[in-house]
Amino acid sequence: MFEQILFVLLTIITLGSAIVVVTHRNLFHAALALMVSFAGVAGFYITLDAGFLAAAQLLVYIGAISILIIFAIMMTRRLMQATEQPFNSQRGLSIVGALASLVIMALVIAQYWPIAPNSEVPMASKTILEDAILQGSVAELGRSFVNVDAFVVPFELASVLLLAALVGAILVAWPKTEDQT
Amino acid sequence: MIPLSWYLLVAAALFCIGLYGVFARRNAVAILMAIELMLNAVNINLVAFWRYVTPEESTGMAWAVFVLTVAAAEAAVGLALVISVYRNRDSVVADDLDLMKN
Repeated sequence: MFEQILFVLLTIITLGSAIVVVTHRNLFHAALALMVSFAGVAGFYITLDAGFLAAAQLLVYIGAISILIIFAIMMTRRLMQATEQPFNSQRGLSIVGALASLVIMALVIAQYWPIAPNSEVPMASKTILEDAILQGSVAELGRSFVNVDAFVVPFELASVLLLAALVGAILVAWPKTEDQT
Repeated sequence: MIPLSWYLLVAAALFCIGLYGVFARRNAVAILMAIELMLNAVNINLVAFWRYVTPEESTGMAWAVFVLTVAAAEAAVGLALVISVYRNRDSVVADDLDLMKN
């Protein structure tokens, strides 16, 4: 019961602030709501026994990406004023489209996984798996990143991708000097 | 216990909120924020399936970490592009960026 109350609270926090993100006129407030939404998602990770991912979510999303977004909003300062029209002419159609895709997804989910609580086999670990497996899952994850038979190639590719993104971001945002143009 | 479908429904709702943001917002930074929401929804799905279906494998967690990496790279490059466009055209409204249209 406690878990379900926690889940509902997390849902309200995450979805409520997500709605603020896409509807608020002031972009700076929208960015702050985005941080709250990220924190709610980190809470979902904790309820799913993925503590490492929750920490990574806090570091990467709230610590880095949100700050980056806030910097971008501040550097394009005029946008912080709420006078500008925030939505384009497709707003009504967008609501219809988003709701329609939500209904379709909900129907598909309800088709394959029962919605009602206690209607299916609970989380695997409580019945089948030992908690030790879950506690070892972070160590297992770390080993699989350097295991030749697992993810060592995607892991190295991810580091190359991050380096390329870093260099690319600096290059794109570099101000043009007089003699260059 | 919480059924798997609850997590999937929350993720679907988060994804659709992001979808609406991408469609309806004019500001490029706001569109990027909505894309981040959609990536978060995908990650909730990945972790939920990992936890309920294959908790003994690390594949689901590893995928979620890779999605996180790609999201970070995408945010860095996207925001650099926004700043560059703002510097050159003095606007970050997506409707104004029609340089390649005609």
